[in-house]
Amino acid sequence: MEDSAKAYWSATLGLLGKILVVWFLVSFGAGILFAPALNSIHLGGYPLGFWFAQQGAMYIFIALIFYYRKKMGEIDRQFDVHEE
Amino acid sequence: MDLQTTIYLVVGATFALYIGIAIWARAGSTSEFYAAGGQVGPVMNGMAIGADWMSAASFISMAGLISNMGYGGGLFLMGWTGGYVLLAMLLAPYLRKFGKFTVPQFIGDRFYSKSASTVAVACLLVASLTYIIGQMTGVGVAFSRFLGVTSETGIYVGMGIVFLYAVFGGMKGITYTQVAQYCVLISAYIIPAIFISIQLTGNPIPQLGLGSNIVGQDVSLLHKLDLVVTDLGFANYTTSDAGGMLNMFVYTMSLMIGTAGLPHVIMRFFTVPTVAAARSSAGWALIFIGLLYTTAPAVAAMAKTNLLRTITPGVVMGNADPYAADSQLVYADRPDWMKRWEKTGLLKFEDKNGDGRIQYYNDKSKSDAFKAKAEAAGWKGNELTVNADIIVLANPEIALLPDWVIALVAAGGLAAALSTAAGLLMAISAAVSHDLIKNVFVPDISEKNELLAGKISMAVAIVIAGYLGLNPPGFAAGTVALAFGIAASSLFPAIMMGIFSKKMNKEGAICGMLAGLFITLFYVFAAKGIFFIKGTEYLDLIGGPNSFFGITPEAFGAIGALVNFGVAFLVDKMTPEPPAHIQAMVEAVRIPRGSKAVSGSH
Repeated sequence: MEDSAKAYWSATLGLLGKILVVWFLVSFGAGILFAPALNSIHLGGYPLGFWFAQQGAMYIFIALIFYYRKKMGEIDRQFDVHEE
Repeated sequence: MDLQTTIYLVVGATFALYIGIAIWARAGSTSEFYAAGGQVGPVMNGMAIGADWMSAASFISMAGLISNMGYGGGLFLMGWTGGYVLLAMLLAPYLRKFGKFTVPQFIGDRFYSKSASTVAVACLLVASLTYIIGQMTGVGVAFSRFLGVTSETGIYVGMGIVFLYAVFGGMKGITYTQVAQYCVLISAYIIPAIFISIQLTGNPIPQLGLGSNIVGQDVSLLHKLDLVVTDLGFANYTTSDAGGMLNMFVYTMSLMIGTAGLPHVIMRFFTVPTVAAARSSAGWALIFIGLLYTTAPAVAAMAKTNLLRTITPGVVMGNADPYAADSQLVYADRPDWMKRWEKTGLLKFEDKNGDGRIQYYNDKSKSDAFKAKAEAAGWKGNELTVNADIIVLANPEIALLPDWVIALVAAGGLAAALSTAAGLLMAISAAVSHDLIKNVFVPDISEKNELLAGKISMAVAIVIAGYLGLNPPGFAAGTVALAFGIAASSLFPAIMMGIFSKKMNKEGAICGMLAGLFITLFYVFAAKGIFFIKGTEYLDLIGGPNSFFGITPEAFGAIGALVNFGVAFLVDKMTPEPPAHIQAMVEAVRIPRGSKAVSGSH
């Protein structure tokens, strides 16, 4: 039981870590740090860095939360700690 | 039917709806009052969070700010949405599993200390009260502009309405009312945006319209906007950042963790039935919020384009020379909406060079080439000032949309301000009656009396907020920054460590919260005055404005949070670890199984 709880928590932290990396890359990365470089690429009429800061990051945030919910549900069932 | 009557009808109908819902959803027990009985589904809850979250600031001010800031305005968009990712993964499911009504209750139990809980109540009260004052002011402005009453009357009417449905309905009433308010405010935001997007780009979806070509031209809207604003001496729209890359980075981070730490938003996750529902609630909330937030940059850029198009028609819609004498609008020929807004004083024209035409440009530009051109054209300074707050409100008028759209925007602005005020009042009431009166002063208070105490504290909070809304200490903008700064630097780190660090003890958490709070207040007050009282600024003490690596006071919350984490871990290392039963509790909070309905008991 002790081991299973530990494994569950490290699986959870692993998932959170992965999602936070994407979260950071699309907002602080593409939207701010690399925005000047990305602006030379265009997405329709949008410069890409500007698009990430004012559109793209938000869409990806939404996707991330639903991805998290799905994966977390799987981890819950795998370790048999889901709600009845 | 004239415009004023239409506005009365639309606003009146929405208010009747809110009050009707509040009566239908009256709260009977403390559980219904604080947490809507823990029975709100994720989609409904998502909508309620959306309405709760999107205040007068999001609805009225944000697009105007982005319109002026250009690319840098993206920090509001990313900051106020990115926080939900943190909330969904790091806080919401665990707080729901913990199963109590309030944030201070979690902090008090997790850190086995009434002092910790009291510090959390203090942070919560300051953050919520400062935030609510801005809402009441917003209610006053919106009422006075649209109902033709004075701002004072507007605030009294607003106080009355909030009182009615917050006090009688509790969280249950507020939640269902907010669902209705969300529907009103989102349609009020999106409908005008769709019309304007079609007019300018032919694309009915504003999010796509912003990336499309201008009607009848082979150039994209954003590119054209860049060309025109740089011609007029402004910074390039799609690249101008907010006070440098570092400041934008830290500012965005502060808004994100501030969002995740704001108690009136966190509290929403106690109203859902299960841990899984708490996870999806955050996702739904972000969809509903994202609908407005992804539209806002389109509203911003298109409003800017429309404004420039009104003043220099040939330059935006053709390729006329912006410096040519006949490129600018003749003042006498200005459209009606400009005349209407001139009356409010939020739009001003001053004919500095006496040519009867409107010159709108950046007279503070540092570019010598631009200054030479402006001088050659005989411009004597910028002649038009436009308050950023009118961008959204005047948008339907600028685009010449029908009266019912203007009335809808009025109702939307009021819905945004009222729903946020109600959510904040709920957080205040729970903190006072539950975390202070029940936990600290009168532990054996009956449920009935606690409910009464909750309602009384709510009423008192409304009166204080109304009073401060009537007599604003002149710090509307500063207080919002402070609310985020406090939430970011005090509550967010404490909650997060409470869940993710089993060994974090009460000494660490309390010292961390206090350190984060004080360093943030210290930096903010240095620039804005002690408790925002003018004349008490002490900028010399910290070495001038933005002395900490050029970071503005509004952006400082993230630094405060770092200090909080740092101090907490340092103190934690030097003091005994938490008792075994607390560590066991943290382990129990981490797994979803066994979640129960929320309760206030200990």
